[in-house]
Amino acid sequence: MSSREKILAAIRGVSSESKSLPEIPDFPLSGDLEEVFSQSILGNKGEILSKAEFEKWLPSMNFQKVISLSAHFRTTGNLTLPEDPHELEDLELAILDGQFGVAENGAIWLEDTNLGLRALPFITEHLVIVLDRSKLVETMHQGYDLVGNAHSGFGLFIAGPSKTADIEQSLVIGAHGAKSLRVVLV
Amino acid sequence: MENFKPNVALFIPCYVDQFYPKVGIATLELLEKLGCKVSFPAGQTCCGQPLANAGYERDTIGTTRHFVELFRDFDYVVAPSGSCVLHVKEHSPRIPELEQEQNDLHHKVFELTEFITDILKVERLEGRFQHRVGYHASCHGQRGLRLASSSELNQIPFNKARKLLGNLEGLDWVELDRTDECCGFGGTFAVTEEALSIRMGKDRLEDHLHHQVEIITGGDMSCIMHLEGIATREGQKIKFMHVAEILNQAIT
Amino acid sequence: MSHPENATEFLKDQAKAKWHDETLWFVRDKRDRISKTIPEWEQLRDLASQIKDNVLVNLASYLEDFERNALQNGIKIHWAADAEEHNQHVLRILQEKNCKAIVKSKSILTEECHLNPYLEKEGIEVVDTDLGERIVQFLNQPPSHIVLPAIHLKKGEISDLFHEKLHTEKGNEDPYYLTQAARIHLREKFLGAKVAITGVNFGIAETGEFVVCTNEGNADMGVHLADVHIACMGIEKILPRRKDLGVFLRLLARSATGQPITNYNSHFRSPSPGKEIHIVLVDNGRTAQLAREKFKNSLKCIRCGACMNTCPIYRRSGGFSYGSTVPGPIGSILSPGLDMKKHSTLPFASTLCGSCSDVCPVKINIHEQLYEWRQEITKTHGEFGKGLSMKLANGIFKSPLAYKISGNLMRAALRALPDSMIYHPLNTWGKSRNLPETPTETFQQWYKKNRP
Repeated sequence: MSSREKILAAIRGVSSESKSLPEIPDFPLSGDLEEVFSQSILGNKGEILSKAEFEKWLPSMNFQKVISLSAHFRTTGNLTLPEDPHELEDLELAILDGQFGVAENGAIWLEDTNLGLRALPFITEHLVIVLDRSKLVETMHQGYDLVGNAHSGFGLFIAGPSKTADIEQSLVIGAHGAKSLRVVLV
Repeated sequence: MENFKPNVALFIPCYVDQFYPKVGIATLELLEKLGCKVSFPAGQTCCGQPLANAGYERDTIGTTRHFVELFRDFDYVVAPSGSCVLHVKEHSPRIPELEQEQNDLHHKVFELTEFITDILKVERLEGRFQHRVGYHASCHGQRGLRLASSSELNQIPFNKARKLLGNLEGLDWVELDRTDECCGFGGTFAVTEEALSIRMGKDRLEDHLHHQVEIITGGDMSCIMHLEGIATREGQKIKFMHVAEILNQAIT
Repeated sequence: MSHPENATEFLKDQAKAKWHDETLWFVRDKRDRISKTIPEWEQLRDLASQIKDNVLVNLASYLEDFERNALQNGIKIHWAADAEEHNQHVLRILQEKNCKAIVKSKSILTEECHLNPYLEKEGIEVVDTDLGERIVQFLNQPPSHIVLPAIHLKKGEISDLFHEKLHTEKGNEDPYYLTQAARIHLREKFLGAKVAITGVNFGIAETGEFVVCTNEGNADMGVHLADVHIACMGIEKILPRRKDLGVFLRLLARSATGQPITNYNSHFRSPSPGKEIHIVLVDNGRTAQLAREKFKNSLKCIRCGACMNTCPIYRRSGGFSYGSTVPGPIGSILSPGLDMKKHSTLPFASTLCGSCSDVCPVKINIHEQLYEWRQEITKTHGEFGKGLSMKLANGIFKSPLAYKISGNLMRAALRALPDSMIYHPLNTWGKSRNLPETPTETFQQWYKKNRP
């Protein structure tokens, strides 16, 4: 018997009464969605920018290597997506479109179509996610309703810049992934 | 309450019988003051908790049978201990020939404060107790019998002992930093994990001392015995009283 | 060494033990506070528990669904009955790819299987990329906590370690500075690895995808740069539906660290073009635990670590005191199922205070299972000197007369004997604690006199 058969047989050998799968209610969230979402992003050590604020911030940073896949900022980047993600090693800024944001925790959903290369939001030194302010939902439950069962090879919720507290529980921003996250609400 | 005179059996934990008879006396007098007909069935031993928690529940069948036979005919069984009550309800082995009696009994065994608030439905006690009091929430009563809301849960705060003590004139209820952390008694844990047990006890005491508590009270003398034992060894001046002692002393 | 011995050792450094307790209490407190901002918190725990109940009943068919869907998505599936087979699968894949250096993000399962030493023996360099895990790996230690692997170390110790390993400035203890040094060091490893290993937080039966959650982004840095992603997954990690993730992701990070969600919550459904994803599905004692009626729901665990942070024992004895891969309360109900003799003291390393059960996001009755393990362990390993004295006690307690005689004798003895001669358990009691003053009469005697 293969290990697969052995494991499945062992599980089936355990008798147990059936337990039904609960339905998950739509838990509401009180408060203004944009306000709650913004607070969540700030709490996660990200920043919230308006389009104008972003356009003022960007030149002040003098980035040399920028990739933008955002439909809102098509001409902002100066690099095109390479074939090999290793070439992104010294990328300074990536600008991506998020599909929707979750107010309760600031999580923003992105899929392969938004990412170009899956490594992009991690390997870049700074990350900007552009989000349509009408695409905010209350909690993760509504978030997964939107994700549905649509097929993407990869999808993720990003909620803030890379961080760690592994040294004496002191919060440090910028562990392995992007050192900053700016969310531009349009 | 006037027409309700329940026939209550006192269930006095063995260590209270042996070491803290004053707590048994306070419990008895308090219940009498509250209008109960109280008796103490002779021949009580230990409920078997120390054995069961040490992994020998199966060896407590004799003890359990004795307990059921002794208490089966009363309206209520009340003990000044959350821990012993929890044991009787949840960890005493099934006695096959006494199944019905045992089941019935489990619905009428109560810890003292829950008996007063939930069965006697006492809303407030009038009395006077001019002291700064810190409450030690013993775990088995706290999280086992749910005598108070637990800090881990998202629930409306409540505390049955506080409901009774809180109204006493002059009683200054102290808010601790850690409202319901274990004191480290834990039955045999107190000796098998001696170092930890002592550390936990000292930490609890520090919390009370830090808040200038005058008297530490609680619903379980086992935890109090442990805390008091450390405090006396350390030469700390803090005092200890069972909830029953405070209530009995405060009300007339 | 047994848990009491290890705990005693840990407590010798009083300042550090106090710091350890307070640091973890801080994490628990954060968890308490954030959980109270969610009105439906207790309902979410109920839902999570019910979903996991359903998973345990239907595990076989969910695993088949998961496998079928994953295969359709182009993912390769390997089944492992035990740790050895798990390690063999991983090694074989590495050999096929001619890979000599890998990066690995946090996976308690690979710790459980002792994958690192297995691969290192084969000449493969394994780099743990979670900062805390890299720190303990440098020290040749296992993690002392499943979420906070280096929580037993002070920044001074980490500073010294990084000075030695990464040539940071001597004495520079700034966590930001040390983290940046690790970032630079690990970036090189990420860029060089052909194969990356991750654990799995959740596998979804209906889609065949799996989810990996990190704050640092190290799992994603590894797998998206590598050609091959190996995901090691315990068979109990299955959830039936994608929407179940809504419940679990709301609970996981809040329970673990008190944050509303982990930073990166990656859903892997199929490999990027030209790349490979492998899943190793591991039993290693899980089906045996499933067959133990009283202990099966320990398999609901989502490894958030909340029971460790809240445990008054864990906080004051440290993760290493348990001597098991998963320390703390949940470890103490999982480990005896793997090796009862080795872990026989763990279910006793608790006061049964119940705090673990109340923080558990999937409502595992941890403290009740600790109690049940005690009943099992004493059947086969009745040591700790408990057996005899307890039997004796039962003989006393079931007979009122015997109880009276022994009680009177005990009180008489306590009055008469010097402390040093009081029998063993009381002797241990009396090391740092006084005994209560012995009253002149028992309650029973008082009652007879006063309520005749």
